[in-house]
Amino acid sequence: MKMWNPEIEMMSRDEMAALQLPRLQWSVKHAYDNVPMYREKMKAAGIKPEDIRSLSDIQYIPLTSKHDLREQYPFKLVAVPMKDIVRIHASSGTTGQPITGCYTKEDLDMWSECLARLIVAGGGSNEDIVQISFGYSLFTGAFGLHAGWEKVGGAIIPISSGNTERQINIMRDFGATALVATPSYALYMAEVAEKMGQIDKLKLRIGLFGAEASTEEMRAELERRWGIIATENYGLTEVSGPGVAGECLHKCGMHINEDHFYCEIVDPETGKPLPLGEQGEMVITTLSKVGQPAIRYRTRDITRLLVEPCACGRKRIRMEKVKGRSDDMLIIRGVNVFPSQIESVLVGMEGIGPNYEIVVTNKGYMDYIEVKVEINDARLLERYGELENLQSRIRGALKTTLSIDCKVTLVSPNTLKRFEGKAKRVTDLREKK
Amino acid sequence: MYVKQISVFIENSPGKLADFTRLLGDNGIDLVSLSIADTTNFGILRGIVADYEKAVQIIESAGYTVCLTDVLAVTVPDKPGGLADILLLLSENEIAIEYLYSFVRNKGSNALIVFRVADIDKAQDILRAHHVNFLSQEEICNV
Repeated sequence: MKMWNPEIEMMSRDEMAALQLPRLQWSVKHAYDNVPMYREKMKAAGIKPEDIRSLSDIQYIPLTSKHDLREQYPFKLVAVPMKDIVRIHASSGTTGQPITGCYTKEDLDMWSECLARLIVAGGGSNEDIVQISFGYSLFTGAFGLHAGWEKVGGAIIPISSGNTERQINIMRDFGATALVATPSYALYMAEVAEKMGQIDKLKLRIGLFGAEASTEEMRAELERRWGIIATENYGLTEVSGPGVAGECLHKCGMHINEDHFYCEIVDPETGKPLPLGEQGEMVITTLSKVGQPAIRYRTRDITRLLVEPCACGRKRIRMEKVKGRSDDMLIIRGVNVFPSQIESVLVGMEGIGPNYEIVVTNKGYMDYIEVKVEINDARLLERYGELENLQSRIRGALKTTLSIDCKVTLVSPNTLKRFEGKAKRVTDLREKK
Repeated sequence: MYVKQISVFIENSPGKLADFTRLLGDNGIDLVSLSIADTTNFGILRGIVADYEKAVQIIESAGYTVCLTDVLAVTVPDKPGGLADILLLLSENEIAIEYLYSFVRNKGSNALIVFRVADIDKAQDILRAHHVNFLSQEEICNV
């Protein structure tokens, strides 16, 4: 199996730990010396950079939350003089003040190196013609993947997102073989390509999807509709952008670029580290980032780390598909529900399309959840009972998975929202008490 | 002599039915007969139109889910017991009716009944043997 950097990707776990320790010590000291927020937090916890003598000593450093970073908007996390910063990105800020990401030249090199690894791991090569359908903007996704593909040597079509019919025409005319997009936009593109009667005329062979959590069922749907191999990659603006981890063709978890990112799993309630292999919230520390280091950043992403060897030969630890951001989790009548659980029930089910919307409401102390899906099989209209059966089949499957009762609403095809970037499928209309 | 019926999925929310009938109207499609069954959250509109192929194309490209079904259309004397005679014939022969709807176009004469049964050929043979009058697509649309 092809690798971009076999030396790092196949390095033994002990050698990797030996590489990580001095980098961690450097990164902690760099943040302490140059970013007041980290210095104050560490002082308050009574810890100095010299106290980090082993990798596990990291647990004594306080965690950093999204809220902490927001307070440093825009440039108070920058650890070098502004003249050394060559790029500024920002998170979308949909849930509040945006978070900025500042990069030096070395940071951009590190970033594209990380992406080159996951591109090759996902089957990409310099033979590929690559359609990048992430929005080119402050968002890290497009520029990150762009730089990685440039390093690998693919021919990039920097088409950005939107104008979907044109995307399909360009894909056909330019003979694109690789697609970079969010899973939800890739799904919408497939629908449009099908409607245009073009999907069988494309040369697309691989898809590298990321920037939002998605399920195995969604992957299967994307692979089936496009006729491609789909891999997933992971990252976030707060620590650099995409490139933290990516799947190889075995699709059994995303290999982490451990030489640049130190990942831990903590209990989302208490913040205490959990034993390897347990599910919890991922916490990331950058090991080489110069412009804007991140120390013990709480991603709010719920996952699990896997150390068992992968058939591809890489020895880098893998993270499981993210189950959902802890702040995406809905609490319905006291039961924890991740939108990804609902997706896993709906996508691929016969009689309905893969798009869905979740609406949460309340009356007094009672929460109600409604799941809207599009019917896509006209034969169901022959008999009224068929539609009712479909509805109760979906309701039953949701109840089995979620342990709560959902109202299921069938709607006409192509009436639910489609997304050109990150999907937003949940509408929570509950009045806060 | 089957008649082609269109079935369309309509969401049960304000304005959806109006939107759909407006679509037909704007495209010069006359709904000759119409039946709607609904639950609290969706409905199925069933109807007969003259040019069903054109209608399906227009309805589909407007984004609706639509299917074509073979149904039987017969005339029944518009007087008490008219329908019962026909239904008795079918039940005596163990033919289940999935649904039916009626419409009257001319005052006082015959009622027209459209129905869908599980075994459409058998139903047709039986009714024909009893001289029930069938209508074709064209006949329905020109009543």
